Amino acid sequence: MTKKIKNLNLNFGPQHPAAHGVLRLILELDGEVIEKADPHIGLLHRGTEKLIENKTYMQAVPYFDRLDYVAPMNQEHAFALAIEKILGIDVPIRAQYIRVMFCEIGRILSHILNVTTQALDVGALTPSLWGFEERETLMTFYERASGSRLHANYFRAGGVHQDLPVGLERDISKFCETFPKVIDDLENLLTDNRIFKQRNVDIGIVTKEDALDYSFSGVMIRGSGIPWDLRKSQPYDCYDQLEFKIPVGKNGDCYDRYLCRIEEMKESVFIIKQCLAKMEKGPIKTFDGKISPPSKKEIKQSMEALIHHFKLFTEGYRVPEDEIYTAVEAPKGEFGVYLISDGSSKPYKCKIRAPGFSHLQSMDYLIKGHMLADVPAVLGSLDIVFGEVDR
Amino acid sequence: MKNLIDLEKKINSELTTKINKTKIKHNQIYIEIDKEDLIDVLLFVKTNKDAKFRQLIDITVVDYPEELQRFKIVYLLLSHEFNQRMILSYFINEKEVISSITSIFPSANWMEREVFDMYGVNFKDHPDLRRILTDYGFEGHPLRKDFPLTGHIEARYSEEQKKVINEPVKLEQNYRNFDYESPWEGTKYIKEQVNTDDKKN
Repeated sequence: MTKKIKNLNLNFGPQHPAAHGVLRLILELDGEVIEKADPHIGLLHRGTEKLIENKTYMQAVPYFDRLDYVAPMNQEHAFALAIEKILGIDVPIRAQYIRVMFCEIGRILSHILNVTTQALDVGALTPSLWGFEERETLMTFYERASGSRLHANYFRAGGVHQDLPVGLERDISKFCETFPKVIDDLENLLTDNRIFKQRNVDIGIVTKEDALDYSFSGVMIRGSGIPWDLRKSQPYDCYDQLEFKIPVGKNGDCYDRYLCRIEEMKESVFIIKQCLAKMEKGPIKTFDGKISPPSKKEIKQSMEALIHHFKLFTEGYRVPEDEIYTAVEAPKGEFGVYLISDGSSKPYKCKIRAPGFSHLQSMDYLIKGHMLADVPAVLGSLDIVFGEVDR
Repeated sequence: MKNLIDLEKKINSELTTKINKTKIKHNQIYIEIDKEDLIDVLLFVKTNKDAKFRQLIDITVVDYPEELQRFKIVYLLLSHEFNQRMILSYFINEKEVISSITSIFPSANWMEREVFDMYGVNFKDHPDLRRILTDYGFEGHPLRKDFPLTGHIEARYSEEQKKVINEPVKLEQNYRNFDYESPWEGTKYIKEQVNTDDKKN
C-alpha cells in the first residue's frame, strides 16, 4: 500500500510579527523544508507615485518620508537631488553637511531597527530594548531639526527647510561620544552569541553573480563581497569630502550582512563627527527666490519676497522639461528617483526605485531548501520595510 | 568603456541600425531603440566587455495618452565595472505585447509584473504575470493618466454583512484641482490667445 503525501501550503503573515509589516508569504513545505515561497505584497500600497504626479514638487516631499519610514530623510535626499540636477542649482555647503549628517542619522536609525529586530526574530529580546532607546534619542534630533520625529519633510531642492536650532550640534556630538559604547554592547550580546550564530551563519547565502542578477544593492550586495557603495562610487552632496570606509562581507550570508550593518553604524558615527567638525555657519538653502521661499522677516519688508512666497506655495516652482534618474545610498540599498518633468510645477512622472522591492523578490531563491525557522532570519537580514516595497 | 562618449560611439558602431537615437546628459547615456531589438540590445550591453551593464535597476513606463504610441517603456541599467548608468527606452501602442526580459535579468520578474499591474502592458514569455501591488480582484491600471486619482471603488467594513465590502467611491467633497499657474504666462486661455494672435500677425 502506498501513502499519498501532499506538500503543505502555509500562510505566513500578513499579521505575523516576524513579517516586518504586512507581508503575506505563501510557503510550500515538504515536511519542514521550504520548496517554494511566493510573497504577496501590496497590502500597504498607497499609490505614492500617482499622488506625486498630482502634487507640486514641494508638496511631493512628504510622500518620501512615508516610503521607508525608518529612515525618512534619505529618501527625501534622492528627490531633492533629482530636482537640483534638472534645475542646475548649487546647494550651500552648510546645507550639504546638514543633509549628509541627517542621512547618516537615518542610516543608524534604520540599522539599529534592523539589527535588533533581526535578533528579536531569532530569539534575543534585549538588543531591541537597548537599541530602541538610542533610536528615540536620534528621533528627537529629527524632531528638533524638522519638527517631527518621523515624517520630517525637511529637505528641499536647494538645501534644507530651516537651520539647525541652537544646541542641536552639541547634543549630536555628545551622542556620537556615547553611541559607540552602545554598539559595543549590542555586539557583546550578538556577535559571538552561539544561538545568534547558529541561526544566521550560512543561512540565505547570496553569491556575487546572483547579487548582480537579482538587482541587489546596499548591504545585500556588500555582504556578498562586492565593494559597491554609491556614496563612494557616485558621490553626491559632500560625500567626496568625507572620509569613511565601506565594510564588505565575505560569505554573503545573514551573519555577514549583520556584521556589515554593525560596521556601517560605526562609520556613520565617524561621518557625523566629520560633518559637525566641518560645518560652518552660512546659508542653508539656495538664494534663488524662485525656488526657495523667503524668510518671514523678508516677507514683512519686501513686496517681491511676498509675491515669491505666494507663488511658491500656490503654483510652486516650475521645473524645465527633462528626464533624469538619480540614486542615493539609502540604508537599505540603492534608492532611486526616475523623474520626468514637463515644464510645469508638477512632475509628469516620478518612478520610485525602492531597494526592498528587488530584495524581497529574491525571497524564493534565498529560502528554497531552508527550514521554516529560517524564514524570519532571512527576512530580517533582507531589511524589508513595507512602506517602500509597496509604495 | 571608461567614458560615456566612447561608449556612445561603440554602441552606435556595433549596433548601428538597432539604435534610433543616443544622447548623453546628466552623466547618463540615453538610448532609444525599436521594440523588436530589445533583446539584442540588452544582451549586447549586458555581455559586451566594454559595456557590462550587469544590473537592471528598474523597468517603468511613461504614459502619454494623446500620442498614437502611447507608452514609453524605460529600462534603467547600471554597470558596476565602469560606474555608468544607461536609460534605454522605446515606444509602443496601447495594445502591443512586448517581450519579457526575465531570461536575461531574473530581477525583471517583479518589475514587469508591476508594469503590467500599473499600466496594463502585456509581456510575452513572462513566467508568472499576475498583478502585484493592487488588491486581489482589482480592476483597471492605476498609473495610467486617464485613471482618476480618487480611484473607482472604496472598501469599508459592513456591520450588516459582517465583512469588508467594496463600493463605488463616494466623496463628501470632490477632489479639487486648482489651476495655480501664473496668469501672466501659464493659463490655458492666455496661451490660446497668444497662439491665435501669433497666427494673425
